[in-house]
Amino acid sequence: MDFKTFVFYILAAIMVFAALRVITARNPVQAALFLVLAFFTAGGIWLLLAAEFLAIVLVMVYVGAVMVLFLFVVMMLDINLDRLRQGFWSYLPVGALIGVLLVVEMALVLGGRYFGLEAMPEPPAAQAGYSNTRELGRLLYTDYVYPFELASLLLLVAMIVAVTLTLRKRKGVRYLNPSEQISIKRGDRVELISMPAEKE
Amino acid sequence: MEALLEPVAQLFGPAWPAVWTLAKIVAIIAPLMICVAYLTLAERKVIGYMQVRIGPNRVGPKGLLQPIADGMKLLFKEIIVPSGASKGLFILGPILAIAPSLAAWAVVPFGDGMVLADVNAGLLFLLAITSVEVYGVIIAGWASNSKYPFLGSMRAAAQMVSYEVAMGFALICVLLISASLNLTDIVRSQGQGQFHEMGLSFLSWNWIPLFPMFIVFLISGIAETNRAPFDVVEGESEVVAGHMVEYSGMAFALFFLAEYANMILVSILTSVLFVGGWLSPVSFLPDGFFWLALKTAFFLFVFLWARATFPRFRYDHIMRLGWKVFIPITLVWVIVVAVWMMSPLSIWK
Repeated sequence: MDFKTFVFYILAAIMVFAALRVITARNPVQAALFLVLAFFTAGGIWLLLAAEFLAIVLVMVYVGAVMVLFLFVVMMLDINLDRLRQGFWSYLPVGALIGVLLVVEMALVLGGRYFGLEAMPEPPAAQAGYSNTRELGRLLYTDYVYPFELASLLLLVAMIVAVTLTLRKRKGVRYLNPSEQISIKRGDRVELISMPAEKE
Repeated sequence: MEALLEPVAQLFGPAWPAVWTLAKIVAIIAPLMICVAYLTLAERKVIGYMQVRIGPNRVGPKGLLQPIADGMKLLFKEIIVPSGASKGLFILGPILAIAPSLAAWAVVPFGDGMVLADVNAGLLFLLAITSVEVYGVIIAGWASNSKYPFLGSMRAAAQMVSYEVAMGFALICVLLISASLNLTDIVRSQGQGQFHEMGLSFLSWNWIPLFPMFIVFLISGIAETNRAPFDVVEGESEVVAGHMVEYSGMAFALFFLAEYANMILVSILTSVLFVGGWLSPVSFLPDGFFWLALKTAFFLFVFLWARATFPRFRYDHIMRLGWKVFIPITLVWVIVVAVWMMSPLSIWK
């Protein structure tokens, strides 16, 4: 077993453990933190596959932004676990079905040689100085520019919808306008009056 | 150098690459920790002089042993874990605060080729690592199981996430004009151009064409490290010391070390990305680490200067500055730079 395989098994073991703890941890904050760990190790595994751009972006987007906001929500809410566990048995068949489907898909991909998938040739090894980021960028903005733009448009629509959902006009809200505040002059606030001293 | 190391390399055999990398890591971390220690003294001295005081001058000659004394005090203090705290996470908080601020140093170039990991995706790595920094704060605040730390950590996390966006856009401008994510290449790309040939290299650095980004990056850097005037995290009159309230001894010291290590990191990054890293400002002087150290020291001074000068920002103003001022400016400037690069007026050919 070479070093790379060894690292892979370590990362995979951590990831499987973290993923299991996400669904078994009693505390929702701990579950979210285990999800962070799972994302992080997934990034490590992608690094092993020489997909450094994807790995780093996974950490940046999911660990650095999405999960932070997720943790915010989970920490603020008072989540009652017993109520969440209600209806476990009625949802179990659906969940189990999806789980089995996922396992079958993974088995098909991993055990491809038993199902005649070896016709797919192995990609050639990248030469030295190969930049994953440059290659991805080139493909995204040339060959796949329309799907890429479409996806970004979709995200923009989702963003606008999220904003409109939470936007509400409240009456009688007073707020300060900082540019007005800093453009104030001394004369607007203080008036100096010259007054002669008075004798009794 | 190679010939000198040959017998040592043979001594370690196959373990040599690991040993050599570890030696390099120590060579970065140890001076960094000394810098952090003396930065605390410099801070107190600089603020002291700005307020017409002397600052610490009792421990050692001119107060030079003060950081050592402070360190010893923190080292010998007991670490108290609050009874209602989530113990594992309480210990994990400070560790997660300091680990990313040290890991980021792996890709910082100190000179031409003087870098621990010369990776192609250096800038991306930095963005990812700095975005992980916020976990130490959040976990510490939540695990303390107390109101002030929780509120403080919420503020800190929201602030760090907000300013990261502006910082990211500023970095996008830098990587647009240097066409590389490698920090060494970014510095090299600044050492060329019209003014460089005239002998005035400092005019061809990134800070002139990217001046708004340079300012945005510096201010966001101050906000990102939760330093004054953006230090609402530890607004003493509101949330005491924020996420660090319940920590004592070395656990507190780790947060402290992380904050100052981050300050040095932001300063050195500003130097590398915008003012030419190790490049000398004029052609008749040689390039070298000396220049990087000088530029970093200047930006650190700006950090301390800002702290002594400005009153603390109110929280809604911080958010307004981040979302309504910086992000629009950076978004516009990304487009300006992109159009400029494609136009015939481009200076980056």
